[in-house]
Amino acid sequence: MSAIAAQPDAPLAASWWKRNQLQLAPWLFLAPGIFAFAVYVMIPIVQSVSLSFYEWDGLTPDAKWVGFGNYTELWTDPDFWTSLRNNVAWLVMYLLAVPAGLAVALFLNQNVTGIRVYKSLFFFPFVISQVVVGLMFRWFYAPNFGLLSGVIKTLTGSNIAILADDRYATYGIIAAGLWPQIAYCMILYLTGLNNINSEQVEAARMDGARGWKLLWNIILPQLAPATFIAVVVTVIGALRSFDLVSIMTKGGPYGSTRVLSYYMYEKALSEYGFRMGYGAAIAVVLFLIMMVFITYFILQMLRQERDA
Amino acid sequence: MFPMAIQKQAPWVGIVYQLMLPVALILWLFPLIGVAVTSVRPESDLAAGNYFGWPSRFAGFENYGAVFTQSPMGQFILNSFKITIPTVIGAVGLSCLSGFALATYKFKANLWLFFLFVAGNFVPFQILMVPVRQLSLNMNVYDSILGLVLFHTAFQTGFCTLFMRNFIKGLPFALIESARVEGVSEFRIFWHIVLPLMRPAIAALSVLIFTFVWNDYFWATVMVQGQHAMPVTAGLKALNGQYVAAWHLISAASIIAALPPVLMFFLMQRHFIAGLTLGATKG
Repeated sequence: MSAIAAQPDAPLAASWWKRNQLQLAPWLFLAPGIFAFAVYVMIPIVQSVSLSFYEWDGLTPDAKWVGFGNYTELWTDPDFWTSLRNNVAWLVMYLLAVPAGLAVALFLNQNVTGIRVYKSLFFFPFVISQVVVGLMFRWFYAPNFGLLSGVIKTLTGSNIAILADDRYATYGIIAAGLWPQIAYCMILYLTGLNNINSEQVEAARMDGARGWKLLWNIILPQLAPATFIAVVVTVIGALRSFDLVSIMTKGGPYGSTRVLSYYMYEKALSEYGFRMGYGAAIAVVLFLIMMVFITYFILQMLRQERDA
Repeated sequence: MFPMAIQKQAPWVGIVYQLMLPVALILWLFPLIGVAVTSVRPESDLAAGNYFGWPSRFAGFENYGAVFTQSPMGQFILNSFKITIPTVIGAVGLSCLSGFALATYKFKANLWLFFLFVAGNFVPFQILMVPVRQLSLNMNVYDSILGLVLFHTAFQTGFCTLFMRNFIKGLPFALIESARVEGVSEFRIFWHIVLPLMRPAIAALSVLIFTFVWNDYFWATVMVQGQHAMPVTAGLKALNGQYVAAWHLISAASIIAALPPVLMFFLMQRHFIAGLTLGATKG
């Protein structure tokens, strides 16, 4: 506002722009970003929701309106429930990455020679593509020669093919996913630990606080921002899991390792058929589940904005 | 400092810690080390059942050479660069503009738009899959590098805007205020005052987006069919189907695919970590 007041004798031709610059500028800066995001993210979400009420093979020009038909079919589809159950398993097990990441971070939070190199090497798994991680773990789990099956055989005497056994396959994949996720949480906590108020820690030590008590009462509250981000990225990562399932088992054996994201792909775009509408309905369910978490995260961020 | 500094504890604690570090690292990176060793193992070792012992001789040159000469790995790597680099430039460029707008102007829709970018960045890919594929078909960019670049650029703009906006919020606002009082135009404020200060954020986002896009597998499978546009992640999957049980070659190809983001991380470590914390904790 003060810019306008400061220049009362600006030439008339420029004055309209000068007067409205502060109102118009944000929209000019935002236009390209909003356009791209609307075309590729916002509008497709709406289209998917609408598509979930149709039966469409992706080829013929006409889609057939089926109302809630796809959703009622999902309700009685056992494969859908298997996928949903696996998503819950992913979510619960994946959250172990948060305390595990904290543990590794506490282990590495020292000042000894070479510690920087150790920290970055510990972070390695996160930088590598999940395709590579999946291949590595498949090889790790391979029956007969895989290292892990060797260990299991010496311990229990029986040969277990983790990825071919529908009791263990999902957990085998989740374990592979935890590897990079723990590395991610670790780096968040290392950054957090770096910014800890050391005076407060020393004062608490003077008062005799040690070990767990110190961690729980003094350190963890200061790490709250790191914990928040760690939980956000872990929950999103768990529900987005697709790559590892596709690489390690393709949803098998007998569909027992499918998750919603993979089942949707299978229904809509794989050799199993081109049921775009049914696939869209699965995607909408996954989207609604994620929206619960996204809304919670945004409300938290909103509160932080208000406090700031 | 927490936990208590090793230097302040009994000397034996320090010695035990120094010994534990390399052991923990080897255990932690075991799958990676296994693959790296396998990638230099001669084929005869695998046939003889020597999967985990010391390789009988170093076969790195022939394995890595075979990957490049007998498979389209060279093409896949080139495609990955052709997809990744324009995406980084596009998404970072767009988000410099939108992040600046959301950080410096007060208007009604501001927070609402910001949260729209944040939420969009977190949605499952599957809700976008069918419409984005259809849009690409209609625009004639399906099964092409351009199609992937356009999508990735638009999608990553969400995350980049979140990051840029938070970064610019942390800059001293007085700088912008006083320029306005001087009558400097909004565009010049952006270009001459704010943009030079955004260099660290641009560096952080660039490495991060490079890694995200390089490692993308889902969109590569949805949007690309032929080798001509296939990035290295989807290519690796295809090779894996082709070289059944040729673990020495798969391992070599995996190492090649993992190398560019790993190098990027090592060269730009500080920026990379600043990016991962979403700019929320300043480090």
